[in-house]
Amino acid sequence: MSVAVRLPTVLRPHASGQAVVEISGATIGEVLTTLIGDFPGLNGQVIGEDGTLNKFVNIYVNDDDVRYLQQLETPVKDGDEISILPAVAGGAA
Amino acid sequence: MFKIPQSIADEMVAHCLQGLPDEACGLFAGTSEANEVAVLYPTQNLAHSAMIYTVDPLAHLKADRDAEKNGFVITGVFHSHTHTEAYPSPTDVAQAPDPSWHYVIVSLRDRSPSIRSYRIVDQVITEESVEITT
Repeated sequence: MSVAVRLPTVLRPHASGQAVVEISGATIGEVLTTLIGDFPGLNGQVIGEDGTLNKFVNIYVNDDDVRYLQQLETPVKDGDEISILPAVAGGAA
Repeated sequence: MFKIPQSIADEMVAHCLQGLPDEACGLFAGTSEANEVAVLYPTQNLAHSAMIYTVDPLAHLKADRDAEKNGFVITGVFHSHTHTEAYPSPTDVAQAPDPSWHYVIVSLRDRSPSIRSYRIVDQVITEESVEITT
């Protein structure tokens, strides 16, 4: 089972400059674990030390935020598009 | 030097004014080489606050796909400061997600809005001059 993982520009240098990486896995957790195994520079960027999703990234399966699905347990199927995006926030505070 | 076409600068300021009393925000895209905005993506401020902003992540995803389809990448974010000068706050610096991005702030403090742009790398702020092009 293969999915396309789209990486934001900030993470591409850790993945040999690639914008999209094809990864196999049955769940988001499996896909991300394989991704980090292939590109160790991504370690700590997507999944935190506690093993949950880093709060500074948003991960989508197609058009759905995995935080509102089953987080890392969210199943993926062949041909799905996984997007990793940095959370963008700030303000005058 | 960061170039913003006049029409896009106008759209940016209009989006910020429409967002009052809250901060407004959005993303923009261009080629990674050119220091110029090609497309603006105004987004909702999910924080609905006059003090902080959060770009709607689904709008970010759609902007990212649209940019890619047109041969661009997201090159930065803009947001308004409603009552303070257009300078990055500690929150802006702490949460700056990408060192390659341009961080544009529109200040609505004065009668005439001001647009300034910054690079934020390893928490260090460097202002870059903005040229509004026609």
